[in-house]
Amino acid sequence: MSDVRIITGNEAAALAVKRAEPGVIAAYPITPQTRLAEVLSEYVEKGELKAEYVRVESEHSSMTVCISASTVGARVFTATSSNGLLYMHEQLHWAAGSRLPVVMCCVNRGVGAPWSIFNDQQDSFSQRDTGWIQLYCRDNQEILDTVLQAYRIAEEVYLPVMVCYDGFVLSHTMMPVDVPDAGLVKKFLPPYRPHTILSPEDPKTINPVFFASRRENADGVLCDGYMEMRYKMQAAFERSRTVINAASDEWAKLSGRNHGGMIWEYMTEDADLILTGMGSIATEATLAADALRAEGIRAGVVGIRAFRPFPKEEVAQAFAKASAIAVFEKCISYGYEGGVCSDLKAALYGTDIKAPIHNYIAGLGGRDVKTRELVEAARTTFEAALAGDAGNKTIWLNCHTG
Amino acid sequence: MEKTDTNISGVCTPAPGEAGKTGEWRDTRPVIDPAKCIPEVKGKPACFLCWLYCPEGVVTMTIPVTIDMDYCKGCGICAEECPPNAIQMVREVDIDE
Ligand code: SF4
Ligand code: SF4
Repeated sequence: MSDVRIITGNEAAALAVKRAEPGVIAAYPITPQTRLAEVLSEYVEKGELKAEYVRVESEHSSMTVCISASTVGARVFTATSSNGLLYMHEQLHWAAGSRLPVVMCCVNRGVGAPWSIFNDQQDSFSQRDTGWIQLYCRDNQEILDTVLQAYRIAEEVYLPVMVCYDGFVLSHTMMPVDVPDAGLVKKFLPPYRPHTILSPEDPKTINPVFFASRRENADGVLCDGYMEMRYKMQAAFERSRTVINAASDEWAKLSGRNHGGMIWEYMTEDADLILTGMGSIATEATLAADALRAEGIRAGVVGIRAFRPFPKEEVAQAFAKASAIAVFEKCISYGYEGGVCSDLKAALYGTDIKAPIHNYIAGLGGRDVKTRELVEAARTTFEAALAGDAGNKTIWLNCHTG
Repeated sequence: MEKTDTNISGVCTPAPGEAGKTGEWRDTRPVIDPAKCIPEVKGKPACFLCWLYCPEGVVTMTIPVTIDMDYCKGCGICAEECPPNAIQMVREVDIDE
């Protein structure tokens, strides 16, 4: 029996966390994540969720609490946004390097300066290389389902997972969300088994100084050096591709909902023009694709659901028949271009795909992105391709300055 | 079969040598003069300040006082703290094996 509720993205995330039954939650409130932290603290206060809610003075501490609790065997959760995420930066590396399956929601918001409380994805984008899996959601149902999948993925490959969703656009917007019952979630999510058990009977030193070379331990075993440990982390990322797809398939079987694994596609089968992006802007792109098709342009959308690991094989397949590609991004790598665009070009290198790729930087600091703007932009890209202009471009959408 | 490191994160068991033989770092070696060392001279447990101050815990509280050269890193703290200056720091290159 389905239990459909009209709720915000933050409430959907909170319900997913409640179903995942973490032992420890430590979150510091920040707009637009605040409601998520509040709802979770209410669950704990009312006894609906038997977790320890650790009140902290900063995001750096909230991640530290999660790292410690995860190390001793607790399933953990935290959430943040924007500058709060940046304040965690050092601990993000620490969680990943310790191979702890911390799950965190990043409710995407632009970063200062100047101050913005509104949505873009510069916050999580700027944490791309911290060793966290990053999944981007396009609606509130996907937020709920992705948080559950995140635990399953994290605890299988021992990597932390960041579930990213757009601030306000999703976090504060109400949508119908089907809430799975506890039994179904239990079937999907086995209990957390830490990779290393700490106990007084078997004392261990965690994260001592690692030397450049490998070295023998007291038993004469040649132990990994720093580089070998880091290689193992990269290998876990490579393995996580199949785990992300499998978690999505398994959840689809149980719940009837499939949001895609590494990517999702919308009307790409015969598409000449493909629009792509991460999160809610990609949802908007599906409306644009409909409008373009009404004009007679065969358009489709590829949504990048996993940004790290990057879906290199999936995109090479999904874009194989495209003659024009428009990448819409709510973030930029200053001095170059949007990060998804760079990764996409790299993934297509050496394939037969020669379509021009136009990179549209859009919606920074909460600037509204309208369907008709996406339509116009994508049409320009398509017309350039038709005219034989194979050049790649970066264009700031709806941005006017002197 | 050769044992391999199965840890996926930086974990080790506290035991001598888990971080490798730190004695390899040493370029000066503490050498105790038994004619000056207080417990040796008195023939009973006394002083042991070298044992107390050694940051590596490689000095024994015995007569004679001994130092585990596999792990002594040659910092010279023991020599600095020794009241009768019984410990000399000798350059490894000057020691004939
Ligand atoms: S500190 Fe000097 S005198 Fe005292 S026990 Fe050590 S070597 Fe001997
Ligand atoms: S030189 Fe340093 S490490 Fe070696 S015995 Fe003296 S105090 Fe200990």
